Amino acid sequence: MRLGPAPGGPRGRAVRLLPTAGANLSKLCGNQTMGSMKELRDIQASAHTHAHLDDLEAESIYIIREVVAECRRPALLFSGGKDSVVLLHLARKAFRLGDRPSELPFPLVHIDTGHNFPEVIAFRDTTVAATGARLVVGHVEDSIRRGTVRLRRDDDSRNAAQAVTLLETIAEHEFDAMLGGARRDEEKARAKERIFSVRDEFGQWDPKAQRPELWTLYNTRLAPGEHLRVFPISNWTELDIWQYIARERLVLPSIYYAHEREIVRRRRLLVPVTPLTPVRDGEKSEIVSVRFRTVGDISCTCPVASTAATAHEIIEETAVTEITERGATRMDDQTSESAMERRKKEGYF
Amino acid sequence: MNESVRHGVLRFITAGSVDDGKSTLIGRLLYDSKAVLSDQLQAIANAKHKRTGGEDIDFSLLTDGLEAEREQGITIDVAYRYFSTARRKFIIADTPGHEQYTRNMVTGASTAHAAVVLVDATRLDFSAGVPELLPQTKRHSAILALLGIRHVIVAVNKMDLIGYEEAAFAAIRTAYTGLAGRLGLADVRYVPVSALRGDNIVAASAATPWYGGPSLLEVLEDLPIGEAVASAPEALRFPVQLVVRQDTASADDFRGYMGRVEAGTVGAGQAIRIEPGARTATVAQVITPAGVSGSATAGQVVTLRLDEDVDVSRGDTFVAAADPIVPARKLRAELCWLAPEALNPARKYTLKHTTASVFAKVTAVERVLDVHTLSHDSGRQTLATNDIGSVELTLQKPIVCDPYAANSATGAFILVDDATHLTVAAGMIRAAA
Repeated sequence: MRLGPAPGGPRGRAVRLLPTAGANLSKLCGNQTMGSMKELRDIQASAHTHAHLDDLEAESIYIIREVVAECRRPALLFSGGKDSVVLLHLARKAFRLGDRPSELPFPLVHIDTGHNFPEVIAFRDTTVAATGARLVVGHVEDSIRRGTVRLRRDDDSRNAAQAVTLLETIAEHEFDAMLGGARRDEEKARAKERIFSVRDEFGQWDPKAQRPELWTLYNTRLAPGEHLRVFPISNWTELDIWQYIARERLVLPSIYYAHEREIVRRRRLLVPVTPLTPVRDGEKSEIVSVRFRTVGDISCTCPVASTAATAHEIIEETAVTEITERGATRMDDQTSESAMERRKKEGYF
Repeated sequence: MNESVRHGVLRFITAGSVDDGKSTLIGRLLYDSKAVLSDQLQAIANAKHKRTGGEDIDFSLLTDGLEAEREQGITIDVAYRYFSTARRKFIIADTPGHEQYTRNMVTGASTAHAAVVLVDATRLDFSAGVPELLPQTKRHSAILALLGIRHVIVAVNKMDLIGYEEAAFAAIRTAYTGLAGRLGLADVRYVPVSALRGDNIVAASAATPWYGGPSLLEVLEDLPIGEAVASAPEALRFPVQLVVRQDTASADDFRGYMGRVEAGTVGAGQAIRIEPGARTATVAQVITPAGVSGSATAGQVVTLRLDEDVDVSRGDTFVAAADPIVPARKLRAELCWLAPEALNPARKYTLKHTTASVFAKVTAVERVLDVHTLSHDSGRQTLATNDIGSVELTLQKPIVCDPYAANSATGAFILVDDATHLTVAAGMIRAAA
């Protein structure tokens, strides 16, 4: 411990990293999704030229460590989606002490809409168990019970309601910084957000009053009730994410890879047929080989037609795609030009 | 390792006055390099605040991300955009030209290797031969010089509206060369373009046969990044970001120091000194994200273990044991004031420098830069929003720093207002006083 008050925060304190019981990174790096040895060699050969991944990794690790150094009670948002898998992997690398297993110095947080792909929830639980991390789950269902989330109809998408549950979870656990896997290339409002982004006591983002963010000198100062959202992979693109997944051999929920699924075609989207999104009158479902590019609430996430069964094949598809990541997959972003900006202002990720 | 391989990312900013066509230029770069996908084109074709008529694509809508911007047709915040060519990954910071948003340009420039300065050829007066550049062009260029941007590309835009006239391009080049000379911008390149029509953006344009140089994208692809390291090895700078420990039942406790190597090299067995405080120690182990390593160089994030049990905190800096550097409590610096409330020399601010936070007072404003004349006014006692001044600071505790020109990582700082928590100033250290 450091003596005497320092301006700003708890800086100077030593962070204790508890050893974990047997868990280590290699447990998270299987090869069940990785295909043949030849393919592994191909990926390693191409990864060799991806020096930009080293730069991005170093930037992200620096940011994650900065949060732990400056914030009292940080947490990492982990949904089991590919961006949060990369973020968790970066966090584990940031606090790995050579060959000693060590625990993350913060818990993981998942905001559960209750409308999930079962593969993703199973993956979330397996991953959390393997890392030995503490998982805090905020349930939209609880917010509905409290009356803080009101849906017009029972089967309304709960995606937007996540913001309310997230803010309630932050308040309950007194988190002051939430590490999130949002990327600036995802969406035009996100393109304008700082890496360390302040939320006021209502959880609101004010895009016109953002603090200037200079060099890597991040201002983490907060007034009571405020909190930070911190985005360590801001500067990664979808392609960078897949190249990194291939290089680091990260395991993802199986629905990220090509699989047969019952869908209906609605406007330009392939809508998965689920109990929450049934076939409507006059529609005909079909079985198509698809994969998910993003994974969110089951009621608003759509797959794309694909036969890409490995990270390497997805990299090839991503490099030549004609459609953006969210454009192809998210019903929630297409309601208006500023759908994401409005949700972000309300406290969304 | 080869520098061009090592640095896979070129970060650049765009700067210019309002309506010079920055957003359009970026939209064009993204579109022509195939980074714009068909659903985005569809969305901007359907957009309610389109500025172009008929079927023409309004590229600026790609980067004007916020609702207020689309309504007012201006850019009010830094937008980050990403694209890649076969040669390189690019990160663009699209920075606003409005005077009240200069702080955003400083933000964008602080992490950039290069800058594209747009000059609108239609807004200059050529009647006297060499035109007078717009005040914002001068201000932005002064900021680029101050922030040590090594490469400046002047994109003379809207050439289509002045008949692709070579003489106008040459006159602007002459005017900017004069400005660059006064500001000390060493590497300046010039490209005549029309962002709207795509002339000389990705490929050479038939409309400018008199211009034999590369297109804007070719210039960006060829810029050297990670300048050749000086022949003398750089002195080690390792600011401690975080102290970590792991206590186990055995005697094998772990104590390590996390941080980023900001200059030089650090290796196991190396004798170091911890400043401030002049304690000495030996590096026992270097751990990178990939595992235990013999050494690490500038830019790498590492965990260091020491042979000796010494008192080390966040904000301390490891230097080579024999390094003559002395921590400084008085600084001379250039300060770019970003806040709406003017500098109050009677107040103390928190100065953030590398991983250290110390209280600081601005003890003297030596002079303030007048960007219109690029002359200095020495009669001012304070700095207002967007002012750039040379100041003297006194710190509560000493810090290990270098001149910004020698190392931006150990030469840069910000000032934070302890009452509002705002980042009020960006500082670049000229010298320890």
